[in-house]
Amino acid sequence: MSTTTTRVIVTGDKRRRSLVRRSRPENLTRPGQRRRQTRETLAGYGFLVPWLVGFFGLTIIPMIYSLYLSFTRYNIFQPPKWIGFDNYIRLFTNDPQFIQSAQITLIYVLVGTPITLAAALGVAMLLNYRDKGAGFFRSAFYAPSLIGGSVSVAIVWRAMFGSNGPVDSALSSIGIDLGGWIGNPALVLPAMIVLAVWQFGATMVIFLAGLKQVPKELYEAAEMDGANAWHRFRAVTLPMLSPVIFFNLLLGLIGAFQVFASAYIISNGSGGPAGMTNFITLYLYKRGFADGQMGYAAAIAWVLLVVVAIIALILFRTQRSWVHYAGDNR
Amino acid sequence: MSTSNQATTSGAASTPVFAAQQTMPVGPPAPRRRVKRKTWQTVIWFVALLLLTAVVLYPLVWLLFSTFKPNSEFGQNPGLLPNAPTIDNYIKVADGIAGVPMWRFFLNSLILAVAAVVGTVLSSALAAYAFARVQFKGLGIFFAAMIGTLLLPFHVVIIPQYIMFNNFGLVDTFWPLILPKFLATEAFFVFLLVQFLRQMPRDMDEAARIDGAGHVRIFWSIMLPLIKPALITCAIFSFIWSWNDFLGPLLYLTSPENYPLPIALRLYNDQTSTSDYGATVTASFIALLPVLGFFLVFQRFLVDGVATQGLKG
Repeated sequence: MSTTTTRVIVTGDKRRRSLVRRSRPENLTRPGQRRRQTRETLAGYGFLVPWLVGFFGLTIIPMIYSLYLSFTRYNIFQPPKWIGFDNYIRLFTNDPQFIQSAQITLIYVLVGTPITLAAALGVAMLLNYRDKGAGFFRSAFYAPSLIGGSVSVAIVWRAMFGSNGPVDSALSSIGIDLGGWIGNPALVLPAMIVLAVWQFGATMVIFLAGLKQVPKELYEAAEMDGANAWHRFRAVTLPMLSPVIFFNLLLGLIGAFQVFASAYIISNGSGGPAGMTNFITLYLYKRGFADGQMGYAAAIAWVLLVVVAIIALILFRTQRSWVHYAGDNR
Repeated sequence: MSTSNQATTSGAASTPVFAAQQTMPVGPPAPRRRVKRKTWQTVIWFVALLLLTAVVLYPLVWLLFSTFKPNSEFGQNPGLLPNAPTIDNYIKVADGIAGVPMWRFFLNSLILAVAAVVGTVLSSALAAYAFARVQFKGLGIFFAAMIGTLLLPFHVVIIPQYIMFNNFGLVDTFWPLILPKFLATEAFFVFLLVQFLRQMPRDMDEAARIDGAGHVRIFWSIMLPLIKPALITCAIFSFIWSWNDFLGPLLYLTSPENYPLPIALRLYNDQTSTSDYGATVTASFIALLPVLGFFLVFQRFLVDGVATQGLKG
């Protein structure tokens, strides 16, 4: 029952370590061992056949092909025509729609995701106060995550946040007369962010599981040292939860970049009003499939991929300074 | 922030030695006062969470009640209850849209979802077994690649995939939506099953191998039954994801008789949103019902799956 603050080890990737441990027996070179190794390799690839076909046929080769297409003009009916960097140059110097699309997508991702995470963590801590009865609330809050990205919910959102809808009339009744959010260029993005925050449940469930793992003794020790609630949150909860925060932040940011159905339905496929729901995925879809500019759309897709990769890289690079992995060997 | 405070209070109360040490100097009345304060905190806790639940679930409750509102009340009656309740919306929705009856959209969604479940569970389990229980050359590289696809935005491959399926003449069939599911392209499920399979004790395979069982036998007769709970989680999630999928059918299905529910809903949304709000909202509600039903039946299962594996909705 001793308080072991030494269990917090700053570095160490569990996954990599377990891989190293697992591959060690391969180095043995007894006769018969090698034949068995060949059989293992054959069996491994045998089981992997469907995944390998999918990985190369539906991911790697299409990605390379899409990179090639991004340097061409292509409308699916005539063969692709190589135009060098023209698509990329046009994107960044001569396409105000793309610039706006990139801006609102970044605002949506960088504002919506942290708010969702904060809401999820706050409610998770509230639920962690008591076990009895918490299960019901946990399930109730989780439900929106299952359906939040669906067309049905987007239709509900349009009605809820439309003019004379429930949100409009509730705000009007307390003297805040904003009108409908959906038709207002200044408010449609906030309505989309509210929709994202509404789906905090899945993140909350993961946080709650993380909170249950924090040893109670750490809080007791901190309290004996005279730490108040805020100090305990800063010094115990946040560091102990940092791997979970990292996981949720990474997946939350990447997921937010890919929102499509809600924006499509709320704007009737137009990205309006005034382009304020023209998220990058919707813009890509419109360019590629409505305008038939497949090469240009491929360039948009690659810009999206590079931005997501940069954000993931930044997170992985900075994790050493703020993510603490507990060093237990379970 | 106050949570951790209360957590420690309850922790102290559950360990009598600790509680006794703390309360001894204060005298006998102290524990009772603490109990009283705790009761109050619990009441506030319940009320706060009930209020939050009401806010979070309000859109769904509003949707349910709105299906009974006549068209004239949309834009006029933002409240919960219809002024003149009617089931006209349901009758209209049953007729369908664009000359296709509602059951057809439902059936299309069901076919796609069932195929997604079978394909995903089968192909993901095969791949996961290779990653978790077979020591083959190249394991490290391919495992890293699989983790990489976990983070890959799907939109990077939609254009080349569309061109490919278009060249095969498969546009406006279900194949572009079903085929990828049989090739374990959803890395989440592979990863989830790998995590489960790794927890199984290694002596189990060793014993089976000494008895002469090969990998196929071990996979089929030992591992699959053991990871049944994880397989069920995969099945439920792949069903729901397929049921909700919008972009895939939007790209590949062009004739209304092939539409699954989300695309049919778009028809309501695009064509009749100004004139027939009632039918739009009612069709939306009907499309949600299977997912909500799954949720009510399997909620513990789903939520625990998320909690242990970090799977997002």
